[in-house]
Amino acid sequence: MTRHLTSLAFLAGLAATANAHAVEVSISCSALGQEYEICKQGVDAWAKQSGNTVKIVSTPNSATERLALYQQLLAAQASDIDVFQIDVVWSGILSQHFHDLNAKARGVIDQHFPTMIQTSQVKGKLVAMPWFADAGLLYYRTDLLQKHNRRVPQTWAELTDTARIVQDAERQGGNRDFWGYVWQGRAYEGLTCNSLEWVSSRNGGTIIDDSGDITIDNPKAADALKMAAGWVGTITPEGVLNYTEEESRGIFQAGSAVFMRNWPYAWALAQGPDSVIKNKVGIVALPKGEANGRNAGTLGGQLLAVSRYSKNVDAASDLVMYLTSQEEQKRRAIAGSFNPTIPALFKDAEIIKSNPFMGDLLSVFSNAVARPAAVSGDNYNRVSTEFFNTVHQVLSKRAEPEQALSRLDRDLKRIKRSGWQ
Amino acid sequence: MRRAVAHNTALPPLPQQELPSSLTRSRVWAAWGFAVPTLLVLILIAGWPLARTIWFSFTDADLNNLDDYKFIGLENYLVKYDDEWLGLLTDPDWWRSVWNTVWFALVSVSIETLLGMVVALTLNVSFAGRGIVRAIILIPWAIPTVVSAKMWNWMLHDQFGVINDMLQGVGLIATPITWTANPDTALWSVVMVDVWKTTPFMALLILTALQMLPQDIYEAARVDGVHPVRVFFRVTLPLIRPALLVAVIFRGLDALRVFDLIYVLTANSRDTMSMSVYARQQLVDFQDVGVGSAASTLIFLIIALAVIVTIAVGRVRLSEDA
Repeated sequence: MTRHLTSLAFLAGLAATANAHAVEVSISCSALGQEYEICKQGVDAWAKQSGNTVKIVSTPNSATERLALYQQLLAAQASDIDVFQIDVVWSGILSQHFHDLNAKARGVIDQHFPTMIQTSQVKGKLVAMPWFADAGLLYYRTDLLQKHNRRVPQTWAELTDTARIVQDAERQGGNRDFWGYVWQGRAYEGLTCNSLEWVSSRNGGTIIDDSGDITIDNPKAADALKMAAGWVGTITPEGVLNYTEEESRGIFQAGSAVFMRNWPYAWALAQGPDSVIKNKVGIVALPKGEANGRNAGTLGGQLLAVSRYSKNVDAASDLVMYLTSQEEQKRRAIAGSFNPTIPALFKDAEIIKSNPFMGDLLSVFSNAVARPAAVSGDNYNRVSTEFFNTVHQVLSKRAEPEQALSRLDRDLKRIKRSGWQ
Repeated sequence: MRRAVAHNTALPPLPQQELPSSLTRSRVWAAWGFAVPTLLVLILIAGWPLARTIWFSFTDADLNNLDDYKFIGLENYLVKYDDEWLGLLTDPDWWRSVWNTVWFALVSVSIETLLGMVVALTLNVSFAGRGIVRAIILIPWAIPTVVSAKMWNWMLHDQFGVINDMLQGVGLIATPITWTANPDTALWSVVMVDVWKTTPFMALLILTALQMLPQDIYEAARVDGVHPVRVFFRVTLPLIRPALLVAVIFRGLDALRVFDLIYVLTANSRDTMSMSVYARQQLVDFQDVGVGSAASTLIFLIIALAVIVTIAVGRVRLSEDA
């Protein structure tokens, strides 16, 4: 018996020394476009520095498919992936599967945008570290505004006027398929982002407030939806009701629209060598709802989380802290135009030199609004689905904003009946 | 159905009611021997998942943690909570998706059967290059649904789509139609793409039946000078009806569980959501394995009911003819 115990202890000791020497950590990072290459450079640098090895696991490109895969892996308590790249709205849904990073992040977490920290925390537990940020932006055609002698719009009403004026003039000039403003109106998560911007730019709240109360049934939200429904068929093609990011970019980049709402990724493409609108595009914060409203772009972005079922929690947490550190975020901003989640980096001379537009984005990210994902927890997708379906009905003129919102309020209360989890 | 069975058993009078002979017994054993592997595979790959889904529909299971759930009876289907009826059976979205699916199945299968018949009758006539035409007509069926749905999505695009461009070119419409975005045309667009894709399948099945028809009946009809239309309704149609019925059941089942086409063309939109899209949304997007399984169980029951009704109606008519 004692002999057995000693040999066991010996084996355990062996395992422990092996652990201390080098472990293999696996990370899922998105492989869209150049993301894989830049992620690989980052993890390789950490592997070299720490002496561990890192394996990159490929996951589906579509966000919904990726979430479904994560849920299956985590529900089975699989240890195949140690570090998960997650969307900002998944922290509530997946929180119970992730390791609390509060201890590791002490001292550095405060460097990040407060809204980013807010989406990474669920009930005081730091479930993930902010990796890069995204926010809704207004793209505009500098040449057309100049040609028609209009300034960059400050409010939605001004945007509506300018869009109509430019659209009418361009159509008279022979460009029959020209439109004023394109955005994302398909019944999907993107519509939640778009309409949250219209609502909160008028101080109409964020569907559910931080204490968990449902606030969406208010006159400002109704005004916001009324305004957007008025765009469809006038300054926005009716087909917007089935557009995602790429369909709206298709129209804008073909030179057939003066304004577009999109995420920062569209900038590099609009400025690409084969783009017909190269050097004719500007970006700015989305307009305010009214004079005393606010510029509200919906916050997006990605976080890195450590699985609770990982066999190397310590090494995995170190990798996360390395990848989200100021130096690595700076490298990623320069190499791949990923927007940092650390405000100080937006004033960094080297970053601004390689991405001149990033300096202007600081105010956009500081004012960004977060979707109510952390507060609604497991139910976020349900809340978002009810919301975008309601908005979609108003946009396709099958419901009046006031009635639609009071019905939404009732449906959300029904989902909440046992409290948000 | 029962009538047909009674009819059959009444016909061959059993010779004796004694114990089966040793030869019969060994044949029965051999038959079981051949059937058991198939039955085992069926139980494993169809029976077990089905039973598990039905079981989950009576629990509050969550995709996030599939090990920790409790039995809640029929609450996923119907429950009274604070004087308000809740659950799947009271969800207007569910009934809407049922209606969408049934409407889609009826309309698309009807159109496909009619068009498939026309194509099959055309291909049944011998002409030069018939083999090549037969091969070409199968192309839409050979393309994976997701690929053809994506392809049609671009063709139906309101700004860049080739369909709108052609219709505008010939002057049929003044402004582009937003096929997949407008709730009035979205479900019709789905039907159109489905018809494009599966008419070849219908045509192929009907053509096979047509090719097996005895030629002498047609010669007799020609000698008697019967009008071709009359020949079709009095001779061709009754003879190919069994094959037609099989084809309609196949397509009907396929249409009732439609998912990929609708999901790619219009995603989770309520206007076009089918039962399968609804079940997936509950299961995956909302992590609610309980309600999702309840929806899947109802889909199973609805499809089973549809098959029983179709077969029963078909049998009754067949036996009436006999």
